[in-house]
Amino acid sequence: MPFIPHTETDVREMLAAIGAPSIETLFDEIPASLRIQGLDAIPPALNEMEIGRLMSERARQDGRPLAFLGAGAYEHHIPSAVWAITTRGEFYSAYTPYQAEASQGTLQVIYEYQSMIASLTGMQVANASLYDGGSAVAEAALMAVRAHRRSRSQRILVPTTVHPHYRKVAAATAGNQGLRFEELPYERASGRIDTAALPAYSGEDLTAIVIQQPNFFGVLEDVDLLTDWAHAQGLLVIAVVNPTSLAILKPPGQWGAKGADIVVGEGQPLGVPLSSGGPYFGFMTTRQEYVRSMPGRIVGRTVDLDGKPGFTLTLQAREQHIRRGKATSNICTNQGLLMTAATIYLSLLGPVGLARVAETSHARTQQLAASAARLPGVGVAFDGPRFHEVVLRLPRPATAVLAEMAAGGVLGGIDLAQDYPELGPALLVCATETKTAADIERWAAALGEALAKTARAA
Amino acid sequence: MSDIPADLRYTASHEWVRSLADGSVEIGITDHAQQALGDLVFVEVPEAGRELQAGDACAVVESVKAASDVYSPLAGTVVDGNAELGSAPELINQDPYGKGWMLRLKPANPAVLGTLLDAAAYQASLAATDA
Amino acid sequence: MPHRSEQVVFEFSRPGRGATAQWPVAPEQPAADLPASLRRSEPPLLPEISELEAVRHFTRLSQLNFSIDTQFYPLGSCTMKYNPKACNQYAMLPEFLGRHPLAPESSGQGVLACLYELQEMLKDVTGMRGVSLTPMAGAHGEFAGVAMIRAYHRARGDLARNEIIVPDAAHGTNPATATMCGCIVREIPVGADGDVDVEALRAVVGPKTAGIMLTNPSTLGVFERRILEVAKIVHDAGGLLYYDGANLNAILGKVRPGDMGFDVIHMNLHKTFSTPHGGGGPGAGAVGVSERLLPFLPIPVVGRDDDRYRWLAEADLPQSIGRLSAFMGNTGVLLRAYVYMRMLGREGMSRVGEYATLNANYVLARLRQAGFDAAYPERRASHEFIVTLKRQARELNVTAMDFAKRLLDYGFHAPTTYFPLLVPECLLIEPTETESRETLDGFIAAMAAILVEAETDAARLKAAPYTMPVRRLDDVRAAKQLDLAWKPAATAVGGTA
Repeated sequence: MPFIPHTETDVREMLAAIGAPSIETLFDEIPASLRIQGLDAIPPALNEMEIGRLMSERARQDGRPLAFLGAGAYEHHIPSAVWAITTRGEFYSAYTPYQAEASQGTLQVIYEYQSMIASLTGMQVANASLYDGGSAVAEAALMAVRAHRRSRSQRILVPTTVHPHYRKVAAATAGNQGLRFEELPYERASGRIDTAALPAYSGEDLTAIVIQQPNFFGVLEDVDLLTDWAHAQGLLVIAVVNPTSLAILKPPGQWGAKGADIVVGEGQPLGVPLSSGGPYFGFMTTRQEYVRSMPGRIVGRTVDLDGKPGFTLTLQAREQHIRRGKATSNICTNQGLLMTAATIYLSLLGPVGLARVAETSHARTQQLAASAARLPGVGVAFDGPRFHEVVLRLPRPATAVLAEMAAGGVLGGIDLAQDYPELGPALLVCATETKTAADIERWAAALGEALAKTARAA
Repeated sequence: MSDIPADLRYTASHEWVRSLADGSVEIGITDHAQQALGDLVFVEVPEAGRELQAGDACAVVESVKAASDVYSPLAGTVVDGNAELGSAPELINQDPYGKGWMLRLKPANPAVLGTLLDAAAYQASLAATDA
Repeated sequence: MPHRSEQVVFEFSRPGRGATAQWPVAPEQPAADLPASLRRSEPPLLPEISELEAVRHFTRLSQLNFSIDTQFYPLGSCTMKYNPKACNQYAMLPEFLGRHPLAPESSGQGVLACLYELQEMLKDVTGMRGVSLTPMAGAHGEFAGVAMIRAYHRARGDLARNEIIVPDAAHGTNPATATMCGCIVREIPVGADGDVDVEALRAVVGPKTAGIMLTNPSTLGVFERRILEVAKIVHDAGGLLYYDGANLNAILGKVRPGDMGFDVIHMNLHKTFSTPHGGGGPGAGAVGVSERLLPFLPIPVVGRDDDRYRWLAEADLPQSIGRLSAFMGNTGVLLRAYVYMRMLGREGMSRVGEYATLNANYVLARLRQAGFDAAYPERRASHEFIVTLKRQARELNVTAMDFAKRLLDYGFHAPTTYFPLLVPECLLIEPTETESRETLDGFIAAMAAILVEAETDAARLKAAPYTMPVRRLDDVRAAKQLDLAWKPAATAVGGTA
């Protein structure tokens, strides 16, 4: 029996100890009419060798195309040590660290993680992580409503330069509680939030504004100006950031005169594999004064009965297992393993290595944009400064072009037609430090050929 | 056994109310409540000027293992919240009827005070839940 | 377990050191085009340590943990069963790990086939009509479920239904979820026999009832015998039934929530389907629905046209409650659950509920012989059961927490303590089917030995544990003098600014 160790003798003796004639008897409180006789859709068991073969065949079917995709999930080098340690059984198969004395390893990793992510974002306190970047934005919006002392409107400004999926997750998650997300447009030339749209909101009762940096297009927003405007209007500022970028970009804690109030983002770039979308982790940091409005687990350092330092979950009275219907969130997960991977990743990269990753990724994308601009009809869509991702305009719809490139083993970018039809044919493209000059040449050649081929077809 | 001063009024949800000379009332949680909660680690009190209805959640007390809302025993306007509790929540454990007061309220209708439990009735309500 | 502590990683950081083999070569003009006003002025506080120091530090930290791979974890309601190594190995094949979430479906037929088949298998074991795999945890699945219930009523123009009924023994996530969905929580009591008080239920249902959230077997470790009557009462009142899948392991292959009358369920793949808990996550909280909730499933869902798999999104499910994750939930976790289910197969799946129940009833019987009190002595245990230490608390002045902490010294993780809240001084014990009789006997012997200690030397229990890396921690200090992030000064309260 796979993963059940009982011998026939065990079963006989255990039933005798219970005083039951058969295992079947143990289910005698269940109404007979509900009992099922079998599971038809489940295939017969495979042993490890057989499932290994099946999975390897399925993986091979998916292949390993050369991908220039970003949009919130980035292919970075992951040091071997990261997952070698993260998948140790002592981390991998441990439970949530409620029994602190038997969980000091997990707890200390969380404390170290909180320290690193707080500093990276320039904020005072961090939680132990949330599900992913999208759900972190939703939780940040709900937190802003709790933390804001005066606003009663539950209205939140969300520029269209924020990741379209994050906006959808926020609406699906927070809409049920009456939060309203209002869109702010972007400037066509620069790809930045259109500041001309701001004065219309003066004097309105608004709760918060969400600012993504770099924004969905890879373009850098004028975060100082936006933060100061929002604070002057009495709004809280929710920053959505790429953690790799923070090695070289100004941390949200220093945006404008007072800094952002809540910072969230997708933690995947920090040592987490792409894995078709998850598991990833969302990070969240804030000011000390808002810590009790923050959802999710938090670890604190304290001392034990002998005065020896140790770590424990703290501020648990915010959470669902105590507050029930009045909790800050229903969340009772942190993405523990992913956060562990990120802590090991950040320890291996350090401040210098992480800055190199950011700078190299940025340089590669700049090279890619330059080689794209040499192709006829292709151009960079926005003129402002950007980081490690770029929007390219194409002379004809991207769908056929991308399909052509994919047939040759190159995933050339992300088609923006569905979310940003006003841009015309456009691609969001990203190169990280994992791409060599030769890879970029291959991408440019593939794009050139695909454009030529689709032109002939048209 | 918990302390139940005879000169105060009470609610079944363990708040106490004291009449002050200026017509306002002082509100806190009872000795029984602080014992049940254990060491308090955080207290949030309302800001002056807030309008409360009877039964509104007006403050929060938190220990390590529990959190509880404090309900306003009567309607009125908050005159003052005990700011000291922000840095010293243990005052409620140490002196629930004195330095551990939580808010002062200008009652909308002072006569309602007479309808709250007296010490004997509160004692009886505690005995009933213990049984 | 080594009785020691490990420095905080920053404490052995040295400027100029680093795991340089992991760093890319610096570009010639690093980000020269970025304006100074947008750049960082001070480097972040990250450690500067060698690769070996990092490997040792985090390996040593791992050794300060209990885990399933090293200890028995009889945590009620958590289903801490063995996580087969194959599940991890084959979910982490390079092609799966390297696949970008927005890569075209043409380069994802392998992974989509696994997810599609997982959906089909989950439908079969739960008796539901449709499954969405996107929710990323049990509570996330709960949110999806209640949001679907609300969307269903709204779509029918039935706008007054905003009350969710929850038994007082429910997991804290149930009322928290109802609140997150903008609903009002109505609690109903559980009777002395552990079943929901059906008369109380009758009294609260009505035109405002959106639904009821139930766990079955309940959090009290017993099967809700009047479930069909409960379903009828709620359905007759116009409400829907939500099944919290926390205890699905108890009935796997025996009975199905769909057959009991539930309209929507979430499954904790990290419990029933053995994906790792990872020290607190990631989990996965797939949701299943009956016919009438199919249009509202969260997107994306995997669909199949002939022999091609594709994502179903807004265009296919226009009434969906929407997108709950940035991409596709915890795909890597889903692949682990898929491997597990294929390895168990049809027969193995039915044995899960059987042997989980056998183990629980065996431990219960032996503990009662050893002098412990069952909370529901007249009932069969499901896959878990509750021991109450109310008598020991009164007579010996020892608590459930003291027992829990002392068990750590005997090498066993503590059972769930102080949940459900309505049983005083309770230990909720769930052995799972993957534990051998010898392990269970060892646990029973430890419990019996601790009971003797409680009778002869209660003070010893009060200060336990003694053999862990730390002794009991000062929770009050942790909450009052918040130290949530390391600072170079190392003494301060609060975080790094």
